[in-house]
Amino acid sequence: MNGEVRKIKIIINNKPYEVDAGQTIMQAADKLGFHIPRLCYHPKLSIEGACRVCIVQVEGMRNYVASCAYPVSDGMKIFTNTEEIRRARRDIVELILDNHPQDCHTCERDGICELQRLAYAMGIRHRHFEGERKRYPKDLSSFSVVRNPEKCILCGRCVRICSEIQKVNALGQAHRGFQTVVMPAYNMPFSESVCSCCGQCINVCPTAAFVEKNSTQELFAKLSDPSLIKVAQIAPSVRAAIGEAFGLPPGRAMEKECAAALRKLGFDYVFDTPFSADLTIMEEASELLERLKGHGKLPMITSCSSAWMKCMEQFYPDMIENISTCKSPMSMQSALVKTYFAEKIKADPKKILSVAVMCCTAKKYEAARPELCTDGVPDTDIVVTTREFAWMVKSAGIDFLHIPGEEFDHPMGRSSGAGVIFGATGGVMEAAIRTAYELYTGETLMDIDIMPVRGITGIKEGAVKMGDVEVRVAVAHGLGNAMKLLDIAKKDPNRYHFIEIMGCPGGCIGGGGQPYADSNSIPLDEDCLRARAKALYGIDKDKTIRRSNENPDIQRLYKEFLGKPLGEKSHKLLHTHYAPKSPRGIIAENMKVR
Amino acid sequence: MGMGEYVITICSGSNCEGRNSRALESVIAKELAKRGLADTVTVSVSGCLGMCGKGPVVIVNPQYTIYNYVTENDIPEIIEEHVCKGKPVARLAVVEDHLFNRFYRVFGDVKFFSKQMRIALRNCGIIDPENLDAYLSVRGYEALAKVLTNMAPQEVIAEVKKAGLRGRGGAGFPTGVKWELTAKAKKEDKVVICNADEGDPGAFMDRSAIEGDPHTVLEGIIIGGYAVGAKKGYVYIRAEYPLAIKRLERAIDDARKAGFLGNNIMGSDFSFDVEIKLGAGAFVCGEETALIHSIEGSRGMPRPRPPYPSEEGLFEKPTLINNVETWANIPVVILDGAEWFSSIGTPTSKGTKVFALAGKVKNTGLVEVPMGTTIREIVYDIGGGIPNGKKIKSVQTGGPSGGCLTERDLDTKIDYESLAKAGSIMGSGGMIVIDEDSCMVKMAKFFLEFTQNESCGKCTPCREGTKRMLEILTRITEGKGVEGDIEKLERLGNMIKKASLCGLGQSAPNPVLSTIKNFREEYEEHISGGKCRAGECATFLSYEITDKCVGCTSCKRVCSAKAISGEPKKKHTIDPDKCTRCGLCYSTCKFKAITKLNDRRKS
Repeated sequence: MNGEVRKIKIIINNKPYEVDAGQTIMQAADKLGFHIPRLCYHPKLSIEGACRVCIVQVEGMRNYVASCAYPVSDGMKIFTNTEEIRRARRDIVELILDNHPQDCHTCERDGICELQRLAYAMGIRHRHFEGERKRYPKDLSSFSVVRNPEKCILCGRCVRICSEIQKVNALGQAHRGFQTVVMPAYNMPFSESVCSCCGQCINVCPTAAFVEKNSTQELFAKLSDPSLIKVAQIAPSVRAAIGEAFGLPPGRAMEKECAAALRKLGFDYVFDTPFSADLTIMEEASELLERLKGHGKLPMITSCSSAWMKCMEQFYPDMIENISTCKSPMSMQSALVKTYFAEKIKADPKKILSVAVMCCTAKKYEAARPELCTDGVPDTDIVVTTREFAWMVKSAGIDFLHIPGEEFDHPMGRSSGAGVIFGATGGVMEAAIRTAYELYTGETLMDIDIMPVRGITGIKEGAVKMGDVEVRVAVAHGLGNAMKLLDIAKKDPNRYHFIEIMGCPGGCIGGGGQPYADSNSIPLDEDCLRARAKALYGIDKDKTIRRSNENPDIQRLYKEFLGKPLGEKSHKLLHTHYAPKSPRGIIAENMKVR
Repeated sequence: MGMGEYVITICSGSNCEGRNSRALESVIAKELAKRGLADTVTVSVSGCLGMCGKGPVVIVNPQYTIYNYVTENDIPEIIEEHVCKGKPVARLAVVEDHLFNRFYRVFGDVKFFSKQMRIALRNCGIIDPENLDAYLSVRGYEALAKVLTNMAPQEVIAEVKKAGLRGRGGAGFPTGVKWELTAKAKKEDKVVICNADEGDPGAFMDRSAIEGDPHTVLEGIIIGGYAVGAKKGYVYIRAEYPLAIKRLERAIDDARKAGFLGNNIMGSDFSFDVEIKLGAGAFVCGEETALIHSIEGSRGMPRPRPPYPSEEGLFEKPTLINNVETWANIPVVILDGAEWFSSIGTPTSKGTKVFALAGKVKNTGLVEVPMGTTIREIVYDIGGGIPNGKKIKSVQTGGPSGGCLTERDLDTKIDYESLAKAGSIMGSGGMIVIDEDSCMVKMAKFFLEFTQNESCGKCTPCREGTKRMLEILTRITEGKGVEGDIEKLERLGNMIKKASLCGLGQSAPNPVLSTIKNFREEYEEHISGGKCRAGECATFLSYEITDKCVGCTSCKRVCSAKAISGEPKKKHTIDPDKCTRCGLCYSTCKFKAITKLNDRRKS
């Protein structure tokens, strides 16, 4: 192709249109405003052609044509809405419903389910073909993701995102005919498989076949326990997306409403995870400088993405020593809540309920890691996702859109702009550079908008001049890109000094716990991700304090409690370690370069 | 094969081997040795002759006498009377009306072969399939030599196009056009595949071709590789064909040693090699894109087309994929020429087609007929007609993808278009003859059970729709059909045909829709009439003991449901509530005292 796109003429429903050649019928129709109904199609995933809902009639072709897969050609006559094709689509969607539980009223996705929307649009008012319905037990083994094969409509989106984008390959279709089911290999429990808990399957699933492990019941119960001191923290990415759960378009920063809602739910103290993100930067930047001096392995790899940590332990066990020993901001904050903060309010740590509101499903897995418990008690008691939080707010009758905003509590509520941009891909890197520069050179970095690491390109590279050294950095988001980047780093160990990995496409803002796409957008919509990121960079720009080391509450924390970065107390409370893991199917020692 | 005066050939196709034909070899050798004939009489084995209903089959040349149902006890007589005294043993020989035909010199005056024209199966039953020299002696690899020395790839493609050969796997796509498209594909690295997955239940055309003449198929593949510019070929063969796999492995090995495969074939610039890939028990892997995914190591699920395999196939390379029978025709097209080949058959369907003739017909087995032969000729002239004086009801062609034709359709010519027009398909060659004792509803259910079981599960209409159709059909055969069921079957069936992703789903409703079209009364009788006219659906049957009963107690003793009661020498009775309609009492009674009713209303 030489740049110039050929124009051709097609006829849709007897009207002529001029469109670009080289696209599918669905792509051309979308651009013209014909939204052909669809289920398995997703622009970021390979074309499956499985659901057969997007079928259209093309003159001269005996069979119906899947518009997601078939290319337009000059003179093609397409019919998207004849009586015949409407009836065929209706029957196809009914066939899906007939093998699906009839429990919309008690389902987690009642009101936000793609199948519901489709069934309504197809006008199914009577069941003609009902018969046997498949029966499978729910898989509740994982900390993060619950699998319910009875609700699965076999669109294959989860299989595709797990194999094509995340490249974990934890899921696949098994068996045949009516017995076909999506499962981990050998139908082993999810928790025993290579699943990284990233939750992207939840993001793309059109129904409730995949949902997060629900902690809202437990949280509501604990919130009404008067003997507990309830402390919340909330991730930066939540504020950028929570509005979508209440009907707002993506990109509205709503941290003040979040703080207010959390208090209305019954929390005694509401802290902000970006505070401990600043703390993470202090520790991690110091760690980077140590490694640059020769004490420790390079490239150093960030460790706040728990899904990525599980992947590294499974697939890259020989690079475990490259991982930064810093805990994630969530875990650092929880550790301090039960020590630093407990001391401050003179409370018994065992009476403190530490809750994290996260955009991330893997954080549920992280909170349960044995390394992140003290004396058998998890540092983070409960993790709820953005979806769960939004539901709790609705369930408690809090008018989220209209409550007056409130501030976070001291001493762990104030953050710099660097702490907030942790949610977007490249954010951790940018925050780290802003502080590392100053720690190393003693001077303040003035051009603190580090553009090369921003944006949704899968793998980004950059070089930062810090005084006399040039620090080579790389950023990847999505586990597939992360693995690709790591393979590059393995082959060429001197290529990078510092690598930031976020397990989810777009970074944490695209996490497995974020609100579902509404009826006007698709899951993982790129514009949505950009809008959420923009909200975070907007907050950063509006802040006076934009570098983690300048946060006075962080300075106070070190002065009063921790001593210095990488000091003894920091090591005890704020650092952790990793070890190779061999879930079924992986023999760690045999892992070859992927 | 030596050049002794007498040659005794034993058929070693799977069916004859199953009846222990190989054991005859040592018995024959012993008998010959006893008479001092071990050096002058040659004993050899051949591939499947096609007379599978009459095995074990032994042929004695030069009289071209075909012996059927040969056991070890018959051997001394055959050797003594025929070989020593020159008198063929009449009681064992297949002797029917003498009819001249092109293959008389090979098969003699046997009516079974009279209307056949064996092109794809030309060497089956004649040569030892495990012997390369045997293949060479019947002009084996001569076509390849001609192609490599005298023909450019485009000329080969032009010849195949001119011959009018169409894909024998069922779709009937013009083979030459497919070769041309693959050759034209821009990517350099091309691949050739032979589809030997043959999944239709009961079909064994491809199996016999590979068991009987593997080199022919290989030769075709190598020629195809040359024509499109490929260096590598794969034979995807189902693992359930161990004998065919063994013979193919041997053939590939021998071909490599002889220089017909590998680098610089026959001293030319052309290098090509073949690898065998085994299937793993999925009918859907006979579909070309599912087959390709299976070879790639993925789940055998089809994908939407375009892109077609000729542009982007195995490992994204342009791929030429053809059926075994198509490949077997290629050496003949090259050697005997496109003009001769296209003189056989009808204007749109050239050449011959191999059919696996089965069901209620006297002569079952493999037959190869020129296109244009009528179904009547196959069923009556070759098949010998319906046994036991029963009436013909239907002829089913195309396996689980095909349709059921009626007596009115018997004069339909075998031809891709004619069969489609009559309401069925050519398919890969299954042909089942059905008589009045078979229930058409049950037959449709049998095929649908198969396709629903084999559905890969990817697309909604096939995975869910065939299940719902099967549920309706099952209810109908169990006497629980309701008004509106036939219309639901038609509605679902027509949608599944047009909306499914691949050929499996697109053709799965065919048996149901064609039996509804041609035998609707049977469906209606099951639903509102309470009767199964063929007497096959158990719910509608009832057995009654008449006054002819002498009280021998035989029926009571065989009844596993303990539904029969009665004293010795007194009339017995069947309890209809306990009776499972297995029919054992009916077939056991020597006094014809039990009647079988197929109408619930009358019982």
